[in-house]
Amino acid sequence: MKKFPYTEKKDTRSGFGAGLSELGKSNPNVVVLCADLTGSLKMDAFAKDHPERFFQTGIAEANMIGIAAGLTIGGKIPFTGTFANFSTGRVYDQIRQSVAYSGKNVKICASHAGLTLGEDGATHQILEDLGLMKMLPGMTVINPCDYNQTKAATIAIADFNGPVYLRFGRPTVPNFTPADQKFEIGKAVMLNEGTDVSIFATGHLVWKAIEAGEQLAAMGINAEIINIHTIKPLDNSAVLNSVRKTRCVVTAEEHQMNGGLGDSIAQLLARELPTPIEMVAVNDSFGESGTPDQLMTKYGLDPVNIVEAVKKVIARKA
Amino acid sequence: MASTAELEKIVTQVRRDIVRMVHAVNSGHPGGSLGCVEYLVSLYFETMKHDSSKFKMDGIGEDLFFLSNGHISPVFYSVLAHSGYFPVKELSTFRKLNTRLQGHPTTHEHLEGVRIASGSLGQGMSVAIGAALAKKLNKDNSIVYSLHGDGELQEGQIWEAAMYAAAKKVDNIISTVDMNGQQIDGSTDQVLPMGSLRAKFEAFGWDVLDLEKGNDIASVVSTLKKAKEHTGKGKPVMILMKTEMGNGVDFMMGSHKWHGVAPNDEQLAQALNQNTETLGDY
Repeated sequence: MKKFPYTEKKDTRSGFGAGLSELGKSNPNVVVLCADLTGSLKMDAFAKDHPERFFQTGIAEANMIGIAAGLTIGGKIPFTGTFANFSTGRVYDQIRQSVAYSGKNVKICASHAGLTLGEDGATHQILEDLGLMKMLPGMTVINPCDYNQTKAATIAIADFNGPVYLRFGRPTVPNFTPADQKFEIGKAVMLNEGTDVSIFATGHLVWKAIEAGEQLAAMGINAEIINIHTIKPLDNSAVLNSVRKTRCVVTAEEHQMNGGLGDSIAQLLARELPTPIEMVAVNDSFGESGTPDQLMTKYGLDPVNIVEAVKKVIARKA
Repeated sequence: MASTAELEKIVTQVRRDIVRMVHAVNSGHPGGSLGCVEYLVSLYFETMKHDSSKFKMDGIGEDLFFLSNGHISPVFYSVLAHSGYFPVKELSTFRKLNTRLQGHPTTHEHLEGVRIASGSLGQGMSVAIGAALAKKLNKDNSIVYSLHGDGELQEGQIWEAAMYAAAKKVDNIISTVDMNGQQIDGSTDQVLPMGSLRAKFEAFGWDVLDLEKGNDIASVVSTLKKAKEHTGKGKPVMILMKTEMGNGVDFMMGSHKWHGVAPNDEQLAQALNQNTETLGDY
Protein backbone atom coordinates (compact mmCIF):
# COMPACT_ATOMS: atom_id res chain seq x y z
CA MET A 1 0.00 0.00 0.00
CA LYS A 2 1.36 3.36 -1.08
CA LYS A 3 2.01 5.93 1.64
CA PHE A 4 0.32 9.33 1.63
CA PRO A 5 2.36 11.57 3.90
CA TYR A 6 0.93 14.90 4.97
CA THR A 7 2.18 17.70 7.18
CA GLU A 8 -1.08 19.22 8.33
CA LYS A 9 -4.82 18.88 8.48
CA LYS A 10 -6.80 21.65 6.80
CA ASP A 11 -10.41 22.31 5.89
CA THR A 12 -11.50 22.06 2.27
CA ARG A 13 -13.42 25.33 2.54
CA SER A 14 -10.12 27.11 3.16
CA GLY A 15 -8.83 25.56 -0.06
CA PHE A 16 -11.81 27.16 -1.78
CA GLY A 17 -11.01 30.55 -0.19
CA ALA A 18 -7.36 30.29 -1.25
CA GLY A 19 -8.40 29.37 -4.80
CA LEU A 20 -10.75 32.36 -4.95
CA SER A 21 -7.98 34.69 -3.82
CA GLU A 22 -5.75 33.48 -6.64
CA LEU A 23 -8.56 33.90 -9.14
CA GLY A 24 -9.13 37.41 -7.83
CA LYS A 25 -5.61 38.29 -8.93
CA SER A 26 -5.47 36.28 -12.14
CA ASN A 27 -8.94 36.59 -13.67
CA PRO A 28 -10.67 39.99 -13.69
CA ASN A 29 -13.96 38.43 -14.83
CA VAL A 30 -14.35 36.36 -11.67
CA VAL A 31 -17.00 37.84 -9.37
CA VAL A 32 -18.15 36.46 -6.04
CA LEU A 33 -21.59 36.43 -4.41
CA CYS A 34 -22.38 35.42 -0.87
CA ALA A 35 -25.59 35.07 1.14
CA ASP A 36 -24.36 36.17 4.58
CA LEU A 37 -21.75 33.44 5.13
CA THR A 38 -18.58 35.15 3.97
CA GLY A 39 -16.51 33.97 6.94
CA SER A 40 -17.82 30.41 6.87
CA LEU A 41 -17.03 30.14 3.16
CA LYS A 42 -13.59 31.74 3.61
CA MET A 43 -14.46 34.42 1.09
CA ASP A 44 -13.16 37.25 3.31
CA ALA A 45 -9.87 37.72 1.49
CA PHE A 46 -11.53 38.04 -1.92
CA ALA A 47 -14.14 40.41 -0.48
CA LYS A 48 -11.45 42.58 1.08
CA ASP A 49 -9.14 42.66 -1.94
CA HIS A 50 -11.83 43.06 -4.60
CA PRO A 51 -14.82 44.84 -3.04
CA GLU A 52 -16.08 45.95 -6.46
CA ARG A 53 -16.35 42.31 -7.55
CA PHE A 54 -17.91 41.01 -4.34
CA PHE A 55 -21.70 41.02 -3.95
CA GLN A 56 -23.23 40.48 -0.52
CA THR A 57 -26.85 39.51 -1.16
CA GLY A 58 -27.96 39.01 2.41
CA ILE A 59 -29.95 35.93 3.39
CA ALA A 60 -31.63 35.62 0.01
CA GLU A 61 -30.23 32.64 -1.84
CA ALA A 62 -32.82 32.59 -4.65
CA ASN A 63 -31.98 36.19 -5.53
CA MET A 64 -28.27 35.36 -5.33
CA ILE A 65 -28.58 32.59 -7.92
CA GLY A 66 -30.63 34.83 -10.24
CA ILE A 67 -28.15 37.70 -9.95
CA ALA A 68 -25.32 35.28 -10.69
CA ALA A 69 -27.12 34.11 -13.84
CA GLY A 70 -27.55 37.74 -14.92
CA LEU A 71 -23.90 38.59 -14.29
CA THR A 72 -22.81 35.91 -16.78
CA ILE A 73 -24.68 37.80 -19.50
CA GLY A 74 -22.17 40.63 -19.20
CA GLY A 75 -19.29 38.14 -19.47
CA LYS A 76 -18.64 37.68 -15.75
CA ILE A 77 -17.81 34.36 -14.09
CA PRO A 78 -19.83 34.34 -10.85
CA PHE A 79 -18.96 32.09 -7.91
CA THR A 80 -21.83 31.88 -5.41
CA GLY A 81 -21.16 30.81 -1.86
CA THR A 82 -23.34 29.50 0.92
CA PHE A 83 -23.88 26.22 2.79
CA ALA A 84 -24.56 23.19 0.59
CA ASN A 85 -28.12 22.94 1.87
CA PHE A 86 -28.95 26.52 0.82
CA SER A 87 -26.93 26.15 -2.41
CA THR A 88 -29.06 23.32 -3.74
CA GLY A 89 -32.39 22.28 -2.24
CA ARG A 90 -33.41 25.79 -1.28
CA VAL A 91 -32.79 27.17 -4.77
CA TYR A 92 -33.34 24.14 -6.97
CA ASP A 93 -35.80 25.76 -9.34
CA GLN A 94 -33.67 28.91 -9.67
CA ILE A 95 -30.65 26.76 -10.57
CA ARG A 96 -32.73 24.61 -12.89
CA GLN A 97 -34.27 27.43 -14.93
CA SER A 98 -31.95 30.43 -14.67
CA VAL A 99 -28.63 28.53 -14.60
CA ALA A 100 -28.76 24.97 -15.96
CA TYR A 101 -31.49 25.24 -18.60
CA SER A 102 -30.26 28.71 -19.54
CA GLY A 103 -26.70 27.33 -19.86
CA LYS A 104 -25.18 30.04 -17.68
CA ASN A 105 -21.56 29.97 -16.56
CA VAL A 106 -22.29 30.05 -12.82
CA LYS A 107 -20.13 28.25 -10.26
CA ILE A 108 -22.27 27.16 -7.32
CA CYS A 109 -19.85 26.70 -4.44
CA ALA A 110 -21.17 24.90 -1.40
CA SER A 111 -19.60 24.45 1.99
CA HIS A 112 -20.57 22.52 5.12
CA ALA A 113 -21.87 19.61 3.06
CA GLY A 114 -22.83 16.39 4.77
CA LEU A 115 -22.68 15.13 8.35
CA THR A 116 -19.32 16.76 9.13
CA LEU A 117 -21.06 20.10 9.51
CA GLY A 118 -21.62 18.64 12.97
CA GLU A 119 -23.50 20.17 15.86
CA ASP A 120 -25.98 22.30 13.89
CA GLY A 121 -27.80 19.08 13.08
CA ALA A 122 -29.89 17.69 10.27
CA THR A 123 -31.51 20.98 9.15
CA HIS A 124 -28.10 22.00 7.83
CA GLN A 125 -26.50 18.62 7.03
CA ILE A 126 -27.54 18.09 3.46
CA LEU A 127 -26.89 14.56 2.20
CA GLU A 128 -28.89 14.88 -1.03
CA ASP A 129 -27.03 17.68 -2.83
CA LEU A 130 -24.90 15.57 -5.17
CA GLY A 131 -28.00 13.74 -6.36
CA LEU A 132 -30.00 16.93 -6.85
CA MET A 133 -27.23 18.55 -8.83
CA LYS A 134 -26.19 15.59 -10.94
CA MET A 135 -29.75 15.14 -12.21
CA LEU A 136 -29.69 18.56 -13.87
CA PRO A 137 -28.75 18.30 -17.56
CA GLY A 138 -25.48 20.06 -18.30
CA MET A 139 -24.42 20.43 -14.66
CA THR A 140 -20.87 19.44 -13.72
CA VAL A 141 -20.59 18.14 -10.14
CA ILE A 142 -17.29 18.18 -8.25
CA ASN A 143 -16.48 16.99 -4.72
CA PRO A 144 -12.76 17.32 -3.95
CA CYS A 145 -11.07 15.51 -1.04
CA ASP A 146 -8.68 17.93 0.67
CA TYR A 147 -7.43 21.51 0.85
CA ASN A 148 -5.02 21.32 -2.08
CA GLN A 149 -7.48 19.59 -4.35
CA THR A 150 -10.29 22.02 -3.47
CA LYS A 151 -8.03 24.97 -4.21
CA ALA A 152 -7.00 23.44 -7.54
CA ALA A 153 -10.62 22.64 -8.42
CA THR A 154 -11.72 26.20 -7.62
CA ILE A 155 -9.12 27.57 -10.01
CA ALA A 156 -9.87 24.97 -12.69
CA ILE A 157 -13.62 25.61 -12.86
CA ALA A 158 -13.08 29.29 -13.68
CA ASP A 159 -11.56 28.20 -17.00
CA PHE A 160 -14.39 25.80 -17.74
CA ASN A 161 -17.38 27.31 -19.52
CA GLY A 162 -20.62 25.95 -18.03
CA PRO A 163 -22.51 25.56 -14.78
CA VAL A 164 -20.61 23.76 -12.01
CA TYR A 165 -21.53 22.57 -8.52
CA LEU A 166 -18.45 22.52 -6.27
CA ARG A 167 -18.94 20.81 -2.90
CA PHE A 168 -16.65 21.06 0.09
CA GLY A 169 -16.83 21.00 3.87
CA ARG A 170 -16.11 22.31 7.30
CA PRO A 171 -13.78 19.91 9.21
CA THR A 172 -10.02 19.73 8.92
CA VAL A 173 -8.78 16.62 7.11
CA PRO A 174 -5.30 15.46 6.09
CA ASN A 175 -4.01 17.62 3.26
CA PHE A 176 -2.19 14.97 1.24
CA THR A 177 -2.69 15.65 -2.47
CA PRO A 178 0.32 17.34 -4.10
CA ALA A 179 0.01 21.14 -4.08
CA ASP A 180 1.05 21.24 -7.73
CA GLN A 181 -1.33 18.51 -8.93
CA LYS A 182 -3.33 19.78 -11.89
CA PHE A 183 -7.08 19.45 -11.46
CA GLU A 184 -8.66 17.81 -14.48
CA ILE A 185 -12.45 17.95 -14.44
CA GLY A 186 -13.91 14.49 -15.08
CA LYS A 187 -10.62 12.62 -14.61
CA ALA A 188 -10.41 10.21 -11.69
CA VAL A 189 -7.19 10.09 -9.68
CA MET A 190 -5.56 6.70 -9.08
CA LEU A 191 -4.27 6.67 -5.51
CA ASN A 192 -3.26 3.03 -5.02
CA GLU A 193 -3.17 0.31 -7.62
CA GLY A 194 -4.54 -3.01 -6.43
CA THR A 195 -6.04 -6.25 -7.66
CA ASP A 196 -8.58 -7.50 -5.11
CA VAL A 197 -11.19 -4.76 -4.94
CA SER A 198 -11.85 -1.29 -6.40
CA ILE A 199 -12.65 1.35 -3.81
CA PHE A 200 -14.14 4.48 -5.38
CA ALA A 201 -14.31 7.32 -2.87
CA THR A 202 -15.19 11.00 -3.02
CA GLY A 203 -14.74 14.03 -0.77
CA HIS A 204 -13.97 13.41 2.89
CA LEU A 205 -14.27 9.65 2.36
CA VAL A 206 -11.13 9.57 0.22
CA TRP A 207 -8.86 9.79 3.27
CA LYS A 208 -10.97 7.22 5.07
CA ALA A 209 -10.56 4.92 2.07
CA ILE A 210 -6.78 5.31 2.34
CA GLU A 211 -6.93 4.38 6.03
CA ALA A 212 -9.11 1.41 5.15
CA GLY A 213 -6.62 0.42 2.44
CA GLU A 214 -3.84 0.26 5.02
CA GLN A 215 -5.93 -1.98 7.29
CA LEU A 216 -6.82 -4.18 4.33
CA ALA A 217 -3.16 -4.45 3.30
CA ALA A 218 -2.36 -5.72 6.79
CA MET A 219 -4.96 -8.45 6.19
CA GLY A 220 -3.40 -9.33 2.84
CA ILE A 221 -6.07 -7.61 0.74
CA ASN A 222 -4.69 -5.50 -2.07
CA ALA A 223 -7.18 -2.66 -2.65
CA GLU A 224 -7.22 -0.33 -5.62
CA ILE A 225 -8.20 3.12 -4.39
CA ILE A 226 -9.47 5.76 -6.79
CA ASN A 227 -10.45 9.33 -5.94
CA ILE A 228 -13.57 10.27 -7.89
CA HIS A 229 -13.50 14.04 -7.41
CA THR A 230 -15.87 14.61 -10.34
CA ILE A 231 -19.22 12.92 -9.81
CA LYS A 232 -20.50 14.18 -13.16
CA PRO A 233 -19.27 13.63 -15.78
CA LEU A 234 -18.14 10.33 -14.27
CA ASP A 235 -14.80 8.98 -15.49
CA ASN A 236 -16.38 5.85 -16.98
CA SER A 237 -13.20 4.41 -18.42
CA ALA A 238 -11.29 4.74 -15.13
CA VAL A 239 -14.11 2.89 -13.36
CA LEU A 240 -14.44 0.16 -15.98
CA ASN A 241 -10.69 -0.39 -16.34
CA SER A 242 -10.34 -0.85 -12.62
CA VAL A 243 -13.35 -3.13 -12.28
CA ARG A 244 -12.22 -5.37 -15.16
CA LYS A 245 -9.15 -6.10 -13.05
CA THR A 246 -10.66 -6.38 -9.55
CA ARG A 247 -14.18 -7.67 -10.33
CA CYS A 248 -15.74 -6.12 -7.22
CA VAL A 249 -16.48 -2.62 -5.99
CA VAL A 250 -16.93 -0.57 -2.83
CA THR A 251 -18.04 3.05 -3.07
CA ALA A 252 -17.64 5.56 -0.22
CA GLU A 253 -19.18 8.99 0.20
CA GLU A 254 -20.65 11.41 2.73
CA HIS A 255 -24.06 11.45 1.05
CA GLN A 256 -27.27 9.50 0.77
CA MET A 257 -26.89 6.17 -0.95
CA ASN A 258 -29.77 7.26 -3.19
CA GLY A 259 -28.46 9.65 -5.79
CA GLY A 260 -24.81 9.66 -4.80
CA LEU A 261 -21.55 8.41 -6.26
CA GLY A 262 -22.37 4.77 -5.55
CA ASP A 263 -25.59 5.13 -7.45
CA SER A 264 -23.75 6.59 -10.49
CA ILE A 265 -21.18 3.79 -10.47
CA ALA A 266 -23.82 1.10 -10.01
CA GLN A 267 -25.73 2.51 -12.96
CA LEU A 268 -22.62 2.42 -15.16
CA LEU A 269 -21.71 -1.12 -14.10
CA ALA A 270 -25.25 -2.42 -14.52
CA ARG A 271 -25.15 -1.23 -18.12
CA GLU A 272 -21.58 -2.09 -19.05
CA LEU A 273 -20.12 -4.64 -16.65
CA PRO A 274 -22.41 -6.11 -13.97
CA THR A 275 -20.27 -6.49 -10.85
CA PRO A 276 -20.86 -7.03 -7.11
CA ILE A 277 -20.94 -3.65 -5.37
CA GLU A 278 -21.25 -2.48 -1.77
CA MET A 279 -21.93 1.14 -0.84
CA VAL A 280 -20.65 3.02 2.17
CA ALA A 281 -23.08 5.94 2.42
CA VAL A 282 -25.94 7.22 4.55
CA ASN A 283 -28.86 4.87 4.15
CA ASP A 284 -32.06 6.87 3.72
CA SER A 285 -31.72 8.82 6.92
CA PHE A 286 -31.33 12.39 8.14
CA GLY A 287 -28.35 13.28 10.32
CA GLU A 288 -28.40 14.80 13.83
CA SER A 289 -26.33 16.93 16.21
CA GLY A 290 -22.94 15.66 17.31
CA THR A 291 -19.26 16.11 16.59
CA PRO A 292 -18.20 15.28 13.04
CA ASP A 293 -16.27 12.20 14.22
CA GLN A 294 -19.17 10.92 16.30
CA LEU A 295 -21.54 11.35 13.39
CA MET A 296 -19.29 9.63 10.87
CA THR A 297 -19.06 6.68 13.25
CA LYS A 298 -22.76 6.53 14.06
CA TYR A 299 -23.79 6.72 10.40
CA GLY A 300 -21.26 4.14 9.26
CA LEU A 301 -18.79 6.27 7.29
CA ASP A 302 -15.53 5.19 8.98
CA PRO A 303 -12.60 3.15 7.64
CA VAL A 304 -13.93 0.12 9.52
CA ASN A 305 -17.15 0.35 7.50
CA ILE A 306 -15.17 0.38 4.27
CA VAL A 307 -13.15 -2.63 5.45
CA GLU A 308 -16.34 -4.52 6.28
CA ALA A 309 -17.84 -3.63 2.90
CA VAL A 310 -14.70 -4.87 1.15
CA LYS A 311 -14.79 -8.23 2.96
CA LYS A 312 -18.45 -8.59 2.08
CA VAL A 313 -18.05 -7.74 -1.59
CA ILE A 314 -14.98 -9.97 -2.06
CA ALA A 315 -17.04 -12.85 -0.68
CA ARG A 316 -19.67 -12.11 -3.33
CA LYS A 317 -17.20 -12.35 -6.21
CA ALA A 318 -18.00 -15.22 -8.55
CA MET B 1 -38.06 58.02 -34.03
CA ALA B 2 -41.07 56.10 -35.24
CA SER B 3 -44.37 57.95 -35.50
CA THR B 4 -47.31 56.87 -33.36
CA ALA B 5 -49.09 55.75 -36.54
CA GLU B 6 -46.14 53.56 -37.52
CA LEU B 7 -46.01 52.00 -34.06
CA GLU B 8 -49.77 51.40 -34.16
CA LYS B 9 -49.32 49.42 -37.37
CA ILE B 10 -46.79 47.18 -35.69
CA VAL B 11 -49.07 46.79 -32.66
CA THR B 12 -51.93 45.60 -34.86
CA GLN B 13 -49.74 43.10 -36.69
CA VAL B 14 -48.33 41.76 -33.42
CA ARG B 15 -51.89 41.22 -32.14
CA ARG B 16 -52.68 39.21 -35.28
CA ASP B 17 -49.53 37.14 -34.81
CA ILE B 18 -50.42 36.37 -31.19
CA VAL B 19 -53.91 35.05 -31.88
CA ARG B 20 -52.77 33.14 -34.97
CA MET B 21 -49.85 31.54 -33.11
CA VAL B 22 -51.92 30.29 -30.18
CA HIS B 23 -54.77 29.23 -32.45
CA ALA B 24 -52.42 27.18 -34.65
CA VAL B 25 -51.32 24.95 -31.76
CA ASN B 26 -54.45 25.34 -29.65
CA SER B 27 -52.30 26.37 -26.70
CA GLY B 28 -50.42 29.32 -25.27
CA HIS B 29 -51.28 32.52 -23.46
CA PRO B 30 -53.08 35.15 -25.56
CA GLY B 31 -54.59 37.34 -22.80
CA GLY B 32 -51.44 38.66 -21.12
CA SER B 33 -49.65 38.77 -24.46
CA LEU B 34 -52.27 41.09 -25.96
CA GLY B 35 -52.14 43.35 -22.91
CA CYS B 36 -48.39 43.93 -23.29
CA VAL B 37 -48.17 44.57 -27.03
CA GLU B 38 -47.81 48.35 -26.75
CA TYR B 39 -45.12 48.00 -24.06
CA LEU B 40 -42.97 45.58 -26.07
CA VAL B 41 -43.45 47.45 -29.34
CA SER B 42 -42.40 50.68 -27.67
CA LEU B 43 -39.36 49.01 -26.08
CA TYR B 44 -38.04 47.37 -29.23
CA PHE B 45 -39.06 49.96 -31.83
CA GLU B 46 -38.60 53.16 -29.88
CA THR B 47 -37.05 52.97 -26.42
CA MET B 48 -34.16 50.54 -26.41
CA LYS B 49 -30.77 50.91 -27.99
CA HIS B 50 -30.20 47.46 -29.48
CA ASP B 51 -28.88 45.72 -32.57
CA SER B 52 -31.01 42.90 -33.91
CA SER B 53 -28.75 42.26 -36.89
CA LYS B 54 -25.96 40.66 -34.86
CA PHE B 55 -27.25 39.21 -31.62
CA LYS B 56 -24.60 38.85 -28.94
CA MET B 57 -25.41 37.16 -25.66
CA ASP B 58 -23.29 39.60 -23.64
CA GLY B 59 -25.21 42.58 -25.04
CA ILE B 60 -22.35 44.92 -24.18
CA GLY B 61 -23.20 48.47 -25.24
CA GLU B 62 -26.87 47.59 -25.75
CA ASP B 63 -29.97 48.00 -23.62
CA LEU B 64 -31.28 44.61 -22.50
CA PHE B 65 -34.75 43.27 -21.85
CA PHE B 66 -35.73 40.34 -19.63
CA LEU B 67 -39.20 38.84 -19.78
CA SER B 68 -39.84 37.43 -16.32
CA ASN B 69 -43.43 36.34 -16.94
CA GLY B 70 -42.33 34.00 -19.71
CA HIS B 71 -45.80 32.69 -20.50
CA ILE B 72 -46.49 35.77 -22.61
CA SER B 73 -43.95 34.42 -25.08
CA PRO B 74 -46.23 35.02 -28.14
CA VAL B 75 -45.91 38.81 -27.86
CA PHE B 76 -42.18 38.55 -27.12
CA TYR B 77 -41.53 36.30 -30.14
CA SER B 78 -43.60 38.41 -32.49
CA VAL B 79 -41.88 41.64 -31.47
CA LEU B 80 -38.41 40.04 -31.66
CA ALA B 81 -39.18 38.71 -35.14
CA HIS B 82 -40.52 42.02 -36.45
CA SER B 83 -37.48 43.74 -34.93
CA GLY B 84 -35.27 41.54 -37.08
CA TYR B 85 -33.84 39.06 -34.55
CA PHE B 86 -35.09 36.07 -36.55
CA PRO B 87 -37.32 35.51 -39.59
CA VAL B 88 -40.99 36.40 -39.10
CA LYS B 89 -41.99 33.14 -40.79
CA GLU B 90 -40.45 31.22 -37.87
CA LEU B 91 -43.44 32.37 -35.78
CA SER B 92 -45.33 29.52 -37.48
CA THR B 93 -43.23 27.01 -35.52
CA PHE B 94 -44.39 28.30 -32.11
CA ARG B 95 -44.80 25.44 -29.59
CA LYS B 96 -44.28 22.78 -32.26
CA LEU B 97 -41.82 19.90 -31.97
CA ASN B 98 -38.18 20.92 -32.66
CA THR B 99 -39.02 24.64 -32.57
CA ARG B 100 -36.76 27.37 -31.22
CA LEU B 101 -39.97 29.12 -30.11
CA GLN B 102 -40.63 26.97 -27.06
CA GLY B 103 -43.81 27.41 -25.03
CA HIS B 104 -41.79 29.55 -22.65
CA PRO B 105 -38.71 31.45 -23.83
CA THR B 106 -35.35 29.72 -23.55
CA THR B 107 -31.73 30.21 -24.52
CA HIS B 108 -31.46 26.45 -24.92
CA GLU B 109 -32.45 26.52 -28.60
CA HIS B 110 -30.29 29.57 -29.33
CA LEU B 111 -33.10 31.85 -30.40
CA GLU B 112 -31.66 35.28 -31.10
CA GLY B 113 -32.95 37.95 -28.73
CA VAL B 114 -33.52 35.67 -25.74
CA ARG B 115 -30.93 35.83 -22.94
CA ILE B 116 -32.51 33.73 -20.18
CA ALA B 117 -35.12 31.03 -19.78
CA SER B 118 -38.26 32.17 -18.00
CA GLY B 119 -41.61 30.68 -17.16
CA SER B 120 -41.18 29.54 -13.61
CA LEU B 121 -42.19 32.89 -12.14
CA GLY B 122 -40.34 35.35 -9.96
CA GLN B 123 -36.81 34.89 -11.26
CA GLY B 124 -36.43 37.59 -13.90
CA MET B 125 -35.87 40.59 -11.66
CA SER B 126 -32.86 38.93 -10.04
CA VAL B 127 -31.43 38.09 -13.46
CA ALA B 128 -32.00 41.66 -14.67
CA ILE B 129 -30.21 42.98 -11.58
CA GLY B 130 -27.26 40.68 -12.30
CA ALA B 131 -27.09 41.93 -15.89
CA ALA B 132 -27.30 45.52 -14.62
CA LEU B 133 -24.45 44.91 -12.16
CA ALA B 134 -22.34 43.46 -14.99
CA LYS B 135 -23.01 46.64 -16.98
CA LYS B 136 -21.75 48.74 -14.10
CA LEU B 137 -18.59 46.59 -13.83
CA ASN B 138 -18.09 46.91 -17.59
CA LYS B 139 -18.56 50.72 -17.43
CA ASP B 140 -21.43 50.22 -19.87
CA ASN B 141 -24.06 52.89 -19.29
CA SER B 142 -26.87 51.04 -21.09
CA ILE B 143 -30.16 50.24 -19.34
CA VAL B 144 -31.64 46.90 -18.32
CA TYR B 145 -35.43 46.46 -18.58
CA SER B 146 -37.58 43.72 -17.11
CA LEU B 147 -41.28 42.90 -17.27
CA HIS B 148 -43.29 41.11 -14.60
CA GLY B 149 -46.88 40.07 -14.18
CA ASP B 150 -48.81 41.43 -11.22
CA GLY B 151 -49.71 37.93 -10.11
CA GLU B 152 -46.01 37.12 -10.33
CA LEU B 153 -45.36 39.52 -7.46
CA GLN B 154 -46.80 36.86 -5.17
CA GLU B 155 -43.47 35.03 -5.56
CA GLY B 156 -41.08 35.79 -2.69
CA GLN B 157 -37.97 36.05 -4.84
CA ILE B 158 -39.33 39.26 -6.40
CA TRP B 159 -39.14 40.94 -3.00
CA GLU B 160 -35.65 39.62 -2.31
CA ALA B 161 -34.65 41.20 -5.61
CA ALA B 162 -36.56 44.43 -4.94
CA MET B 163 -34.85 44.81 -1.56
CA TYR B 164 -31.43 44.16 -3.06
CA ALA B 165 -31.79 46.54 -6.02
CA ALA B 166 -32.70 49.47 -3.80
CA ALA B 167 -30.20 48.66 -1.02
CA LYS B 168 -27.33 48.37 -3.49
CA LYS B 169 -28.44 51.33 -5.61
CA VAL B 170 -28.89 49.40 -8.85
CA ASP B 171 -30.09 52.48 -10.70
CA ASN B 172 -29.61 51.26 -14.26
CA ILE B 173 -32.67 49.03 -14.20
CA ILE B 174 -36.26 49.84 -15.20
CA SER B 175 -38.70 47.13 -14.16
CA THR B 176 -42.33 47.18 -15.22
CA VAL B 177 -45.26 45.39 -13.65
CA ASP B 178 -48.11 44.52 -15.98
CA MET B 179 -51.07 45.39 -13.76
CA ASN B 180 -53.85 43.65 -15.62
CA GLY B 181 -55.36 42.53 -12.32
CA GLN B 182 -55.83 38.95 -13.52
CA GLN B 183 -54.22 35.61 -12.87
CA ILE B 184 -55.11 32.00 -13.65
CA ASP B 185 -57.63 31.40 -10.87
CA GLY B 186 -59.36 34.78 -11.13
CA SER B 187 -58.66 38.42 -10.45
CA THR B 188 -55.61 39.19 -8.32
CA ASP B 189 -58.00 40.61 -5.73
CA GLN B 190 -59.83 37.30 -5.53
CA VAL B 191 -56.70 35.16 -5.44
CA LEU B 192 -54.43 37.19 -3.18
CA PRO B 193 -55.00 40.93 -2.83
CA MET B 194 -51.65 42.71 -2.88
CA GLY B 195 -52.68 46.13 -1.61
CA SER B 196 -50.85 49.18 -2.89
CA LEU B 197 -47.96 48.17 -5.11
CA ARG B 198 -46.83 51.80 -5.22
CA ALA B 199 -46.59 51.88 -1.43
CA LYS B 200 -44.81 48.54 -1.38
CA PHE B 201 -42.16 49.42 -3.96
CA GLU B 202 -41.66 52.89 -2.47
CA ALA B 203 -41.17 51.31 0.93
CA PHE B 204 -38.57 49.04 -0.64
CA GLY B 205 -36.78 52.14 -1.94
CA TRP B 206 -37.75 52.24 -5.62
CA ASP B 207 -38.53 55.27 -7.74
CA VAL B 208 -42.09 54.44 -8.83
CA LEU B 209 -43.84 55.76 -11.94
CA ASP B 210 -47.47 55.15 -12.85
CA LEU B 211 -48.54 54.33 -16.37
CA GLU B 212 -52.31 54.59 -16.34
CA LYS B 213 -52.80 53.86 -20.05
CA GLY B 214 -50.59 50.87 -20.72
CA ASN B 215 -52.45 50.12 -23.93
CA ASP B 216 -51.98 53.59 -25.38
CA ILE B 217 -48.79 53.54 -27.42
CA ALA B 218 -48.07 57.26 -27.01
CA SER B 219 -48.44 57.02 -23.23
CA VAL B 220 -46.18 53.98 -23.09
CA VAL B 221 -43.50 55.65 -25.20
CA SER B 222 -43.55 58.81 -23.11
CA THR B 223 -43.52 56.95 -19.77
CA LEU B 224 -40.58 54.79 -20.84
CA LYS B 225 -38.78 57.95 -21.93
CA LYS B 226 -39.47 59.54 -18.57
CA ALA B 227 -38.36 56.38 -16.77
CA LYS B 228 -35.04 56.52 -18.57
CA GLU B 229 -34.54 60.04 -17.24
CA HIS B 230 -35.05 58.64 -13.74
CA THR B 231 -32.15 56.17 -14.07
CA GLY B 232 -28.69 56.94 -12.72
CA LYS B 233 -30.05 58.67 -9.64
CA GLY B 234 -29.32 56.03 -7.02
CA LYS B 235 -32.64 54.18 -7.18
CA PRO B 236 -34.03 51.36 -9.29
CA VAL B 237 -37.03 52.52 -11.35
CA MET B 238 -40.42 50.81 -11.33
CA ILE B 239 -43.26 51.41 -13.78
CA LEU B 240 -46.69 50.28 -12.60
CA MET B 241 -48.42 49.78 -15.92
CA LYS B 242 -52.19 49.35 -16.05
CA THR B 243 -53.27 47.20 -18.97
CA GLU B 244 -56.31 45.26 -20.12
CA MET B 245 -55.77 41.54 -20.51
CA GLY B 246 -56.77 40.54 -24.04
CA ASN B 247 -56.57 44.14 -25.27
CA GLY B 248 -57.55 44.66 -28.91
CA VAL B 249 -59.77 41.58 -29.12
CA ASP B 250 -63.11 42.56 -27.59
CA PHE B 251 -64.29 39.18 -26.39
CA MET B 252 -60.97 38.48 -24.64
CA MET B 253 -61.02 41.70 -22.59
CA GLY B 254 -62.07 42.16 -19.00
CA SER B 255 -61.65 38.58 -17.80
CA HIS B 256 -59.00 36.11 -16.67
CA LYS B 257 -60.61 33.50 -18.91
CA TRP B 258 -58.18 34.06 -21.79
CA HIS B 259 -55.04 33.73 -19.68
CA GLY B 260 -54.10 30.38 -21.16
CA VAL B 261 -56.80 29.44 -23.65
CA ALA B 262 -56.57 29.55 -27.45
CA PRO B 263 -59.39 30.84 -29.67
CA ASN B 264 -61.30 28.41 -31.91
CA ASP B 265 -61.65 28.96 -35.67
CA GLU B 266 -64.62 31.25 -35.36
CA GLN B 267 -63.09 33.27 -32.55
CA LEU B 268 -59.86 33.59 -34.52
CA ALA B 269 -61.75 35.03 -37.50
CA GLN B 270 -63.48 37.48 -35.20
CA ALA B 271 -60.17 38.54 -33.60
CA LEU B 272 -58.52 39.01 -36.99
CA ASN B 273 -61.46 41.07 -38.22
CA GLN B 274 -60.83 43.47 -35.39
CA ASN B 275 -57.14 43.75 -36.32
CA THR B 276 -56.55 44.03 -40.04
CA GLU B 277 -53.25 42.98 -41.54
CA THR B 278 -50.68 45.79 -41.65
CA LEU B 279 -47.19 44.37 -42.18
CA GLY B 280 -48.11 41.00 -43.66
CA ASP B 281 -48.95 37.79 -41.80
CA TYR B 282 -46.19 35.22 -41.27
